[in-house]
Amino acid sequence: MSRVHDMGGRYGDGAVNPADNATFAQDWHARALALTLAAGALGQWNIDVSRHARETLSPKDYSRFSYYEKWLAGLADMLVNLGVLTREELKAGHATGVSELASRILKADAVAGVLAKGSPYTRDGAPNAEFKPGDRVKTRRPAHNIQVAGGHTRLPGYASGLIGEVVLLHGAHVLPDSNAHGLGEAAEPLYAVAFAARDVWGDEAGAWDEVVLDLWQSYLEPTA
Amino acid sequence: MHFRAGQTRATSANLAAMPHDHDHDHPHTLLPPEPALRVRALETILTEKGLIDPAALDEIIETYQHKIGPQNGAKVVARIWSDPTFRKGMLDEPMPLLEELEFYGRQGEHMVIVENTPEVHNVVVCTLCSCYPWPLLGIPPGWYKSDAYRSRVVREPRKVLAEFGVDVPDDKKVRVWDSTAEVRYLVVPERPEGTEGMDEDALAALVTRDSMIGTGLALRPEA
Repeated sequence: MSRVHDMGGRYGDGAVNPADNATFAQDWHARALALTLAAGALGQWNIDVSRHARETLSPKDYSRFSYYEKWLAGLADMLVNLGVLTREELKAGHATGVSELASRILKADAVAGVLAKGSPYTRDGAPNAEFKPGDRVKTRRPAHNIQVAGGHTRLPGYASGLIGEVVLLHGAHVLPDSNAHGLGEAAEPLYAVAFAARDVWGDEAGAWDEVVLDLWQSYLEPTA
Repeated sequence: MHFRAGQTRATSANLAAMPHDHDHDHPHTLLPPEPALRVRALETILTEKGLIDPAALDEIIETYQHKIGPQNGAKVVARIWSDPTFRKGMLDEPMPLLEELEFYGRQGEHMVIVENTPEVHNVVVCTLCSCYPWPLLGIPPGWYKSDAYRSRVVREPRKVLAEFGVDVPDDKKVRVWDSTAEVRYLVVPERPEGTEGMDEDALAALVTRDSMIGTGLALRPEA
């Protein structure tokens, strides 16, 4: 049911290493990030498609790849699967000709503007908010995409089937479960929902501690 | 990513054609095994296709290595500490203020500012990937993207914070924010004692990157 990227709460990973604190530990990390952003500017996919591409790496590859190797693999897969490059070009390491998308190239002098512009994910005309701060809500179980089997979702497994309290209404945001699969943006009200840590993890957790997640309206149902 | 409605080829038809669960079908396996060579191969092919300007890659790297980083967030925190009107605005509706400061952009379109207090310690994670407020903090450090941080800080935040040298008293609430959407969270650390009368520049120097993620505290003066 779950995918390997959905690792919140997993046991066995050992200590965090705060000394691993470089922005780019290797030159190629920086190049991989820049390449991914510049390729994204061609407008052939959205952020949800790109996340899903990384998440659908095989569990074996996802686990053994370092962070930017996952980005590179997801990028290569998207470029071929969406028809920007061919498998033959990847294999040869060279292009067979100039792309019909070449007019969309991100030039150096446009970089600052593109990065500063951002791309808001709020949309007008979405369904009304059914919940308000203070309401008790229950998360969907199981935590899977209800439109596409094995599809992208942003409800982590650890947070499914739990009762929590709405703490913020963020407005209506593009729904990743739909947007990752070319099924439209389908914006819905998005909420920050707080869960008592002990409801999530049991008595190991701190008595007063909380976990807060951003969850779309269709991930939630009212509680009596 | 740089995406507008009507401008994408990510239609249901060609996305449905994306092989999901067949390892041997993944095009990435056609690239060289060594990661640095993999980047170079992709950059070469895309440049030859007319789709990538290598100078644009240099510019992106320059931006995140030298121009956009935690110094931006530190300025915001110092001003929140110093200016009650700004603080209220940032807690209520931060986006107009951040746009005015030009701390707006990719991965920072929807900011929420959460304040540490004597009662609550906030810490931020993205368990599903590595979401992080780029315009205020830059590109996340390696540990933020590590499996150990992503898997553990939601379940045992106090132990993970101790690994960063932060001990939270039992009677203080720890609130972990798992960034599951496009909302990005910035933690305002508690203002250290002994900083009365310091100006914003001096205060900003006390605000570390980790203190704005919640895995650190602001530095004490002269520390």
